[in-house]
Amino acid sequence: MSKTLYTITVFSENRVGVLNQITTIFTRRQLNIETLSVSPSTIEGIHKFTITTFADDEVVMKKLVRLIDKRVDILKAYYNTDEDLVHQELALYKLSTEKVLEHGSIEYLVRKYNVRILEISKDCVVFLKAGHFAETQALFEELANTIGVLQFVRSGRIAITKSKVERLSDMLAKREEQKRALEQEKVME
Amino acid sequence: MIVKENQVQSVVALSASMEVAVRGENRMGEEANARKEIEAREEILSGSEIIVRALMAEGVDTLFGYPGGAVIPIFDALYDHKERMRHILVRHEQGAVHAAQGYARVSGKVGVALVTSGPGATNAITGIADAMMDSTPLVVISGQVTSNLLGSDAFQEADVIGVTQPITKWAHQVRRVEEIAWAISKAFYIASSGRPGPVVIDIAKDAQVNSCTYSYERTTFLRSYQPVPEPEEDRIKQAAELINRAKKPLALVGQGVTLGNAEHELQAFLEKGGIPFASTTLGLSAMPSGHPLNRGMLGMHGNVAPNIKSNECDVLIAIGMRFDDRVTGNLDTYAKQAKVIHFDIDLSEMDKNVMTTVKVVGDAKQTLPLVTDYLEERTHPEWLAEFEPLHEKEYDRVIRSELYPEGGAIKMGEVVNKVSEATRGKAICVTDVGQHQMMSARYFKFTRHRSLVTSGGLGTMGFGLPAGIGAKYGAPDRTVCIFVGDGGLQMTMHEFGTIMEHAVDVKIILLNNSYLGMVRQWQELFFEERYSSTRMKNPDFVKVADAYGIKGRKVTRREELDGAIREMLGHDGAYLLEVVVETKGMVYPMVPAGESITNILLGNSQ
Ligand SMILES: Cc1ncc(C[n+]2csc(CCOP(=O)(O)OP(=O)(O)O)c2C)c(N)n1
Ligand SMILES: [Mg+2]
Repeated sequence: MSKTLYTITVFSENRVGVLNQITTIFTRRQLNIETLSVSPSTIEGIHKFTITTFADDEVVMKKLVRLIDKRVDILKAYYNTDEDLVHQELALYKLSTEKVLEHGSIEYLVRKYNVRILEISKDCVVFLKAGHFAETQALFEELANTIGVLQFVRSGRIAITKSKVERLSDMLAKREEQKRALEQEKVME
Repeated sequence: MIVKENQVQSVVALSASMEVAVRGENRMGEEANARKEIEAREEILSGSEIIVRALMAEGVDTLFGYPGGAVIPIFDALYDHKERMRHILVRHEQGAVHAAQGYARVSGKVGVALVTSGPGATNAITGIADAMMDSTPLVVISGQVTSNLLGSDAFQEADVIGVTQPITKWAHQVRRVEEIAWAISKAFYIASSGRPGPVVIDIAKDAQVNSCTYSYERTTFLRSYQPVPEPEEDRIKQAAELINRAKKPLALVGQGVTLGNAEHELQAFLEKGGIPFASTTLGLSAMPSGHPLNRGMLGMHGNVAPNIKSNECDVLIAIGMRFDDRVTGNLDTYAKQAKVIHFDIDLSEMDKNVMTTVKVVGDAKQTLPLVTDYLEERTHPEWLAEFEPLHEKEYDRVIRSELYPEGGAIKMGEVVNKVSEATRGKAICVTDVGQHQMMSARYFKFTRHRSLVTSGGLGTMGFGLPAGIGAKYGAPDRTVCIFVGDGGLQMTMHEFGTIMEHAVDVKIILLNNSYLGMVRQWQELFFEERYSSTRMKNPDFVKVADAYGIKGRKVTRREELDGAIREMLGHDGAYLLEVVVETKGMVYPMVPAGESITNILLGNSQ
């Protein structure tokens, strides 16, 4: 059976050890994490994890996401396939300056791949490319076959859903409401 | 070698400096005392004092534990509160956690255990894992090395959070005194709300010793955690409609009913719909054993009729149970004909093992009455009658000879039945794990809620004795009968010391077959009777009990049994009744692991 790449988005309280809680759930389900990226979200105190993994089907994802969501420190977890997302990775390529000069013009490479040049020194030239996996990979292969790549690094995926609002804000609004109701109840007692 | 010596030296130096620190605290001049008084008024308290106050604020009056270097300050604080906070000193930290479990299971309150860092905490792991599997509300407080030593392989340091995180509902390390009250408040809220479970709070020693202002607020809300999902009206209606249309409904009752205190709501629901039901092992005492709709126990060693009928009913109503493999057998052939309604508080249990038609997520105490309102009153006499021949078959092939044998060695079921009758089904039945456990679950009769304490999910041998001790503290007015095997008793037999020291009145019924019986049964059935490492040479258990001042009696002949049970129940205090039962008894019926739930072995006996 061919596997599908899923992107799992997790919002959590910013607390030590949350990543460990999430990864154990992947491990127990025998799911291999392809990429992972973590950063503070727009809301203070809330962290956002973007994780990609290959899985057989949606049933696996549904169970996974419920188990993550169940952890006390997790605010919300959901999964998407690529169609629902705008997603991006970053790649950095370090090339030897000498080899670049030997190679001659690199204008066509810069245009073809929309490369940005971050650094040129006596020893090295650093390229930056943003894109999907296939795109950053294509540049890597072309560079490797022509100029040679000294170092290469690719970031984890970051992604945004195409729908209008971030689902987290809905959830937080609802929780705020529930909290107010609870406090009301307390006052009444 | 040199390296080793150095390590030893530094350990000695460390514990020496620890002692100096402790002594220094105790040697307080008058001036310091006066200052302490003022601080108390301002409620500036040491971390340890805060821990004890916070526990009292949560209504804790009993805790089970064992001291050590990293919790001496907490034990010191307990010394001042002996009247309000009872500490039961166990003999091994596993026992502390099991006792807290027994306490929680019978009382419905949060059980609390207190253990030291490193080996104290690792000894507690089995109990914590057991509580996780059986959704038992626990707060386990472990001491931890001083915060600046964390991560340095300090003496008695273990990564308690790393180890316990996957087997707890929440695990949190406290490094600063200011966090203690907050963490304990959260711990109790998380442990007891929603689907309950164990919480570990790992508290660095310096946080226990330092001081800060104390105030306590009970937690009632965490934005990242919604313990009770709100009932959905359309699901409630769909469930009721399905049940109203059902010709052959069958309800499966799990421990969730007990955890949600929804026993009365369940009874009203079942009676209005005229729905026959069967229980998982942990669900057993949620409904009276003698209820006219009760069709017994489900699963591997459960009753024939409800197992067969699981695969014949048209609507299967699961309530607070999780379709464990011991209940369903092979999932590929399980209840395929039925529409399934699943009531549970935990969304992640939905469609986990069995795909459902209607999911009723929420607190059964809320959701059941909502569904009951829409139910039409029904009886289903023909459907109920269908269970009878199956039950008769089981009675003829298995039950009669187990309960009323005509000669031969004493049988386990026979003993359980006699104890159950002698206590008129009012006692709390605590079990260890093995054949005697299944016999207890099968033949003990329940008339009261929260009356069976057994390790279901993890199946932990050694659970019974300490859990029984805890159960007695949780329900001091009730008789506690602990059924235990010769193997399992020896896993935590040192808790005889706890029974002796605290004069815990538990009745221990040792069903001694001189075998690790349940494993032997599998070897007999599936490994050509090759009894590898299951025969056991046992000590004189009555003598061991005697050494602890526990009254005991060994029974080998059937004629003595009734008298001995009477003597045990009449005795004021703990009692060990060792009954020598047949060595090669079998627990039937049995569904071999992984087979279809209707593939039931009944054995050869007629
Ligand atoms: C800690 C632990 N180790 C091993 C087992 C596997 N096990 C399950 S039942 C059993 C035999 C129990 O023997 P005994 O306590 O004498 O009870 P019996 O089955 O004879 O009634 C064993 C070894 C277990 N459940 N728990
Ligand atoms: Mg045995």
